[in-house]
Amino acid sequence: MTATLTPLHSKILPAEARIIEQQPYYQPLGDEVALFEAACANQLPVLLKGPTGCGKTRFIEYMAWRLKRPLITVACHDDLTAADLVGRYLITNNETTWIDGPLTRAVRAGALCYLDEIVEARRDTTVVIHPLADDRRMLPVEKRGELLQAPPEFALVLSYNPGYQSVLKDLKPSTRQRFVAIEFRYPEAATEETIIRSESGCDAATASALVRLAQLTRNLKGNGLDEGASTRLLVHAAKLIMRGVSPSSSCHGAIAEALSDDPEMLRTLDEFAASVF
Amino acid sequence: MDVKALQQRLDYLLGPVLSARRGTEALAQAIAALEEQQQAFVLHWIEVIDRSNYELAYQFAAAAPAALQRLDETAARTWLLDALDRYDREGLHSGTRALQDHAAYTGIADHAQAASFEQHANVLRLFVCGLAGRPLQLESAAVTCTDTDTLYLPSRITVMPSAAENFNIYKVLATLLWAQNRFGSHRSDLAAACAAYPDPQYATALLMHLETLRLTPRIAAALPGIARQLVAWQNGATDARCAPLAQPEATVEHSLALLADLYGRYEPPPQPWRIMLHTEARSRRDARVQRERGELAALLAQLLEGQQQQGGGDDDAAGRFSIDSSTAADGSAEYTLKLDGRPLEAPRAVAERIESLLQDLGEIPDDYLLNEGEDADKTGDDESSLTVGEASAGNPPFHYDEWDCRRRHYRRHWCTLREVELKPGDSSFIDATLARYRPQVQQLKRSFEALRGEDRRLRRQHHGDDIDFDAVIDARIGLRNGVEMPERLFTRRHKAERDLAALFMVDMSGSTKGWINEAEREALVMLCEALEVLGDRYAIYGFSGVTRQRCEIYPVKRFDQPYDAAVRGRIAGITPRDYTRMGAAIRHLSTVLSAVEARTRLLVTLSDGKPDDYSDHYRGEYGIEDTRQALLEAHHAGVRPFCITIDHQARDYLPHLYGPARWTLVDQVEKLPLKVAEIYLALSS
Repeated sequence: MTATLTPLHSKILPAEARIIEQQPYYQPLGDEVALFEAACANQLPVLLKGPTGCGKTRFIEYMAWRLKRPLITVACHDDLTAADLVGRYLITNNETTWIDGPLTRAVRAGALCYLDEIVEARRDTTVVIHPLADDRRMLPVEKRGELLQAPPEFALVLSYNPGYQSVLKDLKPSTRQRFVAIEFRYPEAATEETIIRSESGCDAATASALVRLAQLTRNLKGNGLDEGASTRLLVHAAKLIMRGVSPSSSCHGAIAEALSDDPEMLRTLDEFAASVF
Repeated sequence: MDVKALQQRLDYLLGPVLSARRGTEALAQAIAALEEQQQAFVLHWIEVIDRSNYELAYQFAAAAPAALQRLDETAARTWLLDALDRYDREGLHSGTRALQDHAAYTGIADHAQAASFEQHANVLRLFVCGLAGRPLQLESAAVTCTDTDTLYLPSRITVMPSAAENFNIYKVLATLLWAQNRFGSHRSDLAAACAAYPDPQYATALLMHLETLRLTPRIAAALPGIARQLVAWQNGATDARCAPLAQPEATVEHSLALLADLYGRYEPPPQPWRIMLHTEARSRRDARVQRERGELAALLAQLLEGQQQQGGGDDDAAGRFSIDSSTAADGSAEYTLKLDGRPLEAPRAVAERIESLLQDLGEIPDDYLLNEGEDADKTGDDESSLTVGEASAGNPPFHYDEWDCRRRHYRRHWCTLREVELKPGDSSFIDATLARYRPQVQQLKRSFEALRGEDRRLRRQHHGDDIDFDAVIDARIGLRNGVEMPERLFTRRHKAERDLAALFMVDMSGSTKGWINEAEREALVMLCEALEVLGDRYAIYGFSGVTRQRCEIYPVKRFDQPYDAAVRGRIAGITPRDYTRMGAAIRHLSTVLSAVEARTRLLVTLSDGKPDDYSDHYRGEYGIEDTRQALLEAHHAGVRPFCITIDHQARDYLPHLYGPARWTLVDQVEKLPLKVAEIYLALSS
C-alpha cells in the first residue's frame, strides 16, 4: 500500500518557463528599451519603479519577447519566503524529492526572472537576491549544498512601487543599490491616448476624455487618493465603453470604485466623469 | 393651548429678555392661531434655543408663526437649524437675520431638493482640488465670488426643482470661479473697472457674462460636460459682437474692452446664479505673487547650492535658471526648468511655486529666477518671514463639532482645542513607583514577553519551507503499522505580528486630585514598562479644559516618541487641572490615532467619572450624548474605544457610551496601577 502525497504547487509555476511568442503591445515612453537591453547585455539586474498600472509588467513581457528569452514571473506576497523562490524538498513515497523554485529554474534555464512587487515579500528573500544581483551572480541552494552560477542569459528584474507611503514597504538601500533602476511614470497625454486606443479600440474622443479624467484624479493624489487612475484602469473603462456601456457607468465601475471606497470621493470621481464626457 | 396659557408659558421661557415695552401678548396670540402640533413645535424649540440664548429664542418665537404658515415641518427644521448654526458661528445678529429670512426656505415644496454648501463642501473641495492640482479654499458666503485665494459659494441653492440640478449649479459655479483664477480674470482689477461705470451693478453683471463667454471654450477643452451646462445657461442667446471672446487668445482685456463697447447696449441673459466680484481680488493676487516670488527665489538659491555641491566645484557655471513654458492643446501650461540651459527636475516645493505663479501670471518673468545680485536682499527678507510664519504655527488650534442632543444636530466648529506642553514633574516619583512595584513589574514584563511577536517554527503543517522529520518518522511508523498516513509533514516559520496601536487618554480633571492622580501616574509608569517589552506602538495624552473655548490636550508620549527620560518626566508632571469635556478630546485623539497605520487601533480612556464641564450645560445628558456621539464617530473611523474607570456609578452610563463589553470598573483605586497593564494585555491578546 502506498500513500501518495500531493506535492504543493500553489506557489510554484509549471516547470516549463513561459516563452512569449506573440509580440505584446508596448508603447515606449523613453529610452527604457535600450537601457534594459544594455543592462541585460552587461548582466546587470534591473529594478522597475513606478505606480501601479503604468506598464511595468507589460514592459517586461515585451522585453522577454524582444530578447527571445523565457519569462518566469513571481507575484510576491507577504508570505513569500526564500524557500518559495529557491525550492524545497517534498516527500513522495519513501523518499524526499527536490523541487526547484521559480528563481532556481530561471537561473538554470537562463530566463528572465521577474519578481513583481518585491517589497511585499519577506525579508529573508534578500538572502538569495543579493548574491544573484551583484557581480557574483550566484544562487546559493542551501538545502542541497549547491551554488548555482547564473548563465549570461539569466536576468533578474524586480518591480517596486515607491508610491505607498509605508515605512514597512520600503526597499532597503543595500538591495536597491545593486540594480539599474528604470522609472516608469504615467505616459504623456498623447502617448496615453495612443495606448488606450490600441488596447481597447476606442475612438480618439473617448481616449482623450479618459486621459483628462485620469489627470483630474492624479491631481487628487495625497488629497484623498493614494494613487490616481492608472493607464490600466483607463483601458478597462475604454473597453467597457466599447462594449456599449455608458461612459458614466464605465468610469464609475472601472475607475471610481477601483480607486476609493469613500462615498464623497466616489461622488467626486463620478462628477469628474460627468464633466469630461 | 389658549392665549392665556401660552402667554404664561412664554413669560416663563422668555422672562430674561422681556421688558415693559416688550411683552408676550402679541406673540401668544400669533402662536395660538397655529395648529396644536405647530404650537408644540414652537414651544419645544423655544426651550431648546433658550439654552443657547434668550434673545434668539425670542426672535424665533416672533418669526415662527409667519414661518410655519409657509413651511412644512422639515423645511422649518432646516430653517431653524441653519439659523442656529449661523448663531453659533457668527453670533446673535447673524442668527437673528437668518431667522427672519425664512422666505428662502419656501422656494421649493420639498426640502430634500435643496442643495446646501455644508452638505456638498467636501465633494466640491475634492472636485476643485482635482481641477487645480492643489487644495483651494472653499467657503460659503452671501456673495458668490473669488478673491483668488478662496472660492466663495452660496450657502444654499434652491432655484432648481431637484437636488441633483441644484448641486450641478454648485459644480458649475465652482468651476467658473476656478477658471477665473486659472485663466487670468483677476490680472486686472475688475471691481475697480466696474465701479467706474455709472451703474456698477449692471457693469458687473455684463462683465461676468462676458468673462463666462470667454472662459466657456477654455473649460470645454478639459470639461465638456460643464461647458454644456454653461452653454445651456446662456439659453441660446448668442451675440455676434461677443464672438471674438471665444478665440483662444482672448484675455480679460478683451472682455473689458467689450464691456466698454457694449455698456448700455446689451442685456446679459438671466443666469440661475449670479457671480460677483470681490473687491480685493487683485490685491490678494498681487500679495500672493509677491510672496511666492520671494519663496521661489529662496528655494532656487537652495537648489543652486545643492546642484553646485553635487557638481563638485564646477564654479564657472553661471548658475542661471530659466523656464521654457508653453501652453498645451488643452489649455494647461507646461514648463521645463533649466539651469544654465540644461533641463533640471524641479523639486516639489519649487514646482508648486512655479505652477502657482504660472497660473497667476501666465509666464514667469526672467527676473523672478534671479538668485543673486539685486534681488538678494529681498530674498533674505522673504525667507526669514517664511520661517517665522512656520514657527508661529507651532500649536494651532483645532476646531471640532459637538453633538447637541436637544437639537439632534451638530454645532459646527463648536470646540476649540489646543495641544499644550506638559511641564516635567519630579522624576523621583518614577523611581519610587518602580521600586515599590518591582516584583509586579517583573511579572508583568514576563507575561507581556509571552505575547511578543517573534518568529516561531510551527510543526506538523500541511505545507511549509522544510520537512518536519519527527512527523515523517511518526508517519512512517504509522504506515508500517497500517495506519493512515498523516499529511502534516512540514514545518513553517510563522511570524505572529502584533499590528496594534494604542492611545491612552488620561483624565486630568480636577476631580482626580489626590490619590487618583497618583494611581493614574503609577499605572502609566507600569504600563510603559510593560509595553516597552511588547513593542506595541502606543501614545499617551492627558485631557482637560474649561469650556468649549479652551479644551486642552497634553501630549505625554506621542506615537513617534521613544519612552525616555522626557516622557517619564511628563508622566510625573501629570497634575489635576480643570474639567472633562470628553467629546472634543475623543474627536481629537481618534484623529491622531486614525493617522497611525495599524490593523487594530485602540483608544483606552482612563477616567474617574462622567463627562463634565464648567457652566455651559455639558454636565448630564448633553455631555453624555456628545461623548457617545464622539465615540460612535471614532468607531466609524476604525478606532476601537475602551474605558477603564474607577467611578462606582459607571454602570449607570458607561454601557450607554461604550456598549456592554467595552469598559471595565476597577473598584479600588489602589489597584489601578496593576490593573491597567493587565486589562491592556487581555484586550490586545
